[in-house]
Amino acid sequence: MEEVKLMKGNEAIAHAAIRYGCDGYFGYPITPQSEVLETLAELMPWETTGMVVLQAESEVAAINMVYGGAATGKAVMTSSSSPGISLKQEGISYLAASELPALILNCMRGGPGLGTIQPSQSDYFQATKGGGHGDYHLIILAPATVQEMADFVGLGFDLAFKYRTPSMILADGIVGQMMEKVVLPPQRPRRTEEQVREQCPWAACGKGTRKHRNVVTSLELDSAKMEVNNLRFQETYRRIEENEVRFEEYYTDDCEYLMVAFGSIARICLKAIEEARAAGVKIGLIRPITLWPFPKARIAELAAKTKGVLVVELNAGQMIEDVRLAINAPTPSVHHFGRMGGIVPNPGEIIDAFYSHYPEAKA
Amino acid sequence: MDFNDIIRPENKVYSRPRLLTDNITHYCPGCSHGVVHRIIAELLDEMGLEDRTIGIAPVGCAVFAYNYIDVDWIEAAHGRAPALATAASRLNPECLVFTYQGDGDLAAIGTAETIHACNRGENIVIIFINNAIYGMTGGQMAPTTLLGMKTATTPYGRRVDLNGHPLAISPLLAQLDGTCYVTRQSVHTPGAVRKAKAAIKKAFNNALEKRGTSVVEIVSTCNSGWKMTPADSNKWMAEHMFEKYPLGDLKNV
Repeated sequence: MEEVKLMKGNEAIAHAAIRYGCDGYFGYPITPQSEVLETLAELMPWETTGMVVLQAESEVAAINMVYGGAATGKAVMTSSSSPGISLKQEGISYLAASELPALILNCMRGGPGLGTIQPSQSDYFQATKGGGHGDYHLIILAPATVQEMADFVGLGFDLAFKYRTPSMILADGIVGQMMEKVVLPPQRPRRTEEQVREQCPWAACGKGTRKHRNVVTSLELDSAKMEVNNLRFQETYRRIEENEVRFEEYYTDDCEYLMVAFGSIARICLKAIEEARAAGVKIGLIRPITLWPFPKARIAELAAKTKGVLVVELNAGQMIEDVRLAINAPTPSVHHFGRMGGIVPNPGEIIDAFYSHYPEAKA
Repeated sequence: MDFNDIIRPENKVYSRPRLLTDNITHYCPGCSHGVVHRIIAELLDEMGLEDRTIGIAPVGCAVFAYNYIDVDWIEAAHGRAPALATAASRLNPECLVFTYQGDGDLAAIGTAETIHACNRGENIVIIFINNAIYGMTGGQMAPTTLLGMKTATTPYGRRVDLNGHPLAISPLLAQLDGTCYVTRQSVHTPGAVRKAKAAIKKAFNNALEKRGTSVVEIVSTCNSGWKMTPADSNKWMAEHMFEKYPLGDLKNV
């Protein structure tokens, strides 16, 4: 049954994974997401649902364990933070190329390099534009609340299995670390072996009663065939773009200006907007929930009726490129406000930034 | 004797194993891979494991192993086969999971995955083809390349000062608490093939009985990479490779 709890976003990921009926978690400690593995170890799901939990020797090994598990049709996941996600890119590219479902959490910290353990959104490019080598996309879910951390585990797995492609929860460190009320879903049983075989007829899980062997591979040396594979991947991405765009809007009915923000910073933007509205300044907010596929059409539609757009991010300006591509018009003007290195702005700074770009709004 | 008498089933002394496919091989004539593939195909059939085996193919010459042995396969990234095998085995404990890896895959780029899978005592089998060279990419130096051996990246012959020492990794793996069986075999004579087959059979049984990790190193030839005839390669291997990589069990508990 459902349960109401107070916990960190990272803890919610662990609880939600067990309750979803996840078959295996493979991870490596890194701040600020180590609570995922710690919580799983504390909950010992191998004694209840039979879920496998393993601390790997490296991020590289962990994502390749995910690859091995996913290739057998199991619902498997890993989690990490920015430097660790860079290491995982090899396996992520292989997962995408082999059309395998899997769930990856990136609880972002500030980079580049070892950077800081404080929150950031500076992996937007890496997450939404591929990250590893080759032409591919991941389904990117950006939670703003602990509730969404829990909810996106199930959603991420469902989408991954529906489209046979990996999903990523792209959380900033704030969402991973803060505690909030969360409603945990009821416990679902893990799929039986028969159900796995039925859902994943492609899985390399031993032939069983199957007459032919299954081979999971990303290799195809015949260029003509490899292009066909690529066209199939792109067709999948088009279907995802058509069907899975998700976003939330606030105060967009009458807005004269628009803010675009994802993750925890969208909530700070909302506070800033409410303060501005109290002073009579009509700003609206769109919060992309799927960063890929990106809510291009809706952003273009909203922007067309506004005088200016401010993109607020915890980075130097990454999502703003997608916002500009979505609008693809000389007006309205699109500006960026961002903090880096783990700094999180308060509502006042955001409003000041807004007025600096749009001083006429104040009058 | 009439031809039709000769080809009677009861006169048959040798044939392609049922689980070895008739795909045209990409291996060079004289290469050890074909013999090892045959041994594995024979054993999986004889042991009744066709329906519950998952093979993990490497990057290297054996990248296409999945074309030849008729069981389920997963093709790994370079060196990561033991990580894939770890998850495949833990999530499918009823299956026999084995990796098939070369020296570059297992003892260079995948050293960490190899050592840690062995140290955890994963119930898997690692078949390790050591031919002291990178075959697939055109004969470059491998971690196991002998001193003085000429390769595409050591045309002067491997030197300690420039390239370091050849790595004998099986003795390292034998030290780990997670391994139950580490052995070094070869397939250059009929007797050696029989011994190698017995070793792989023991390894498969260990995995099925959940006794920990088994590693079967096959000291092998690469006549193309070594630029020798297959017969000369076998001779060269016996004369040079066995000194650094002596055959026999390193651990059998």
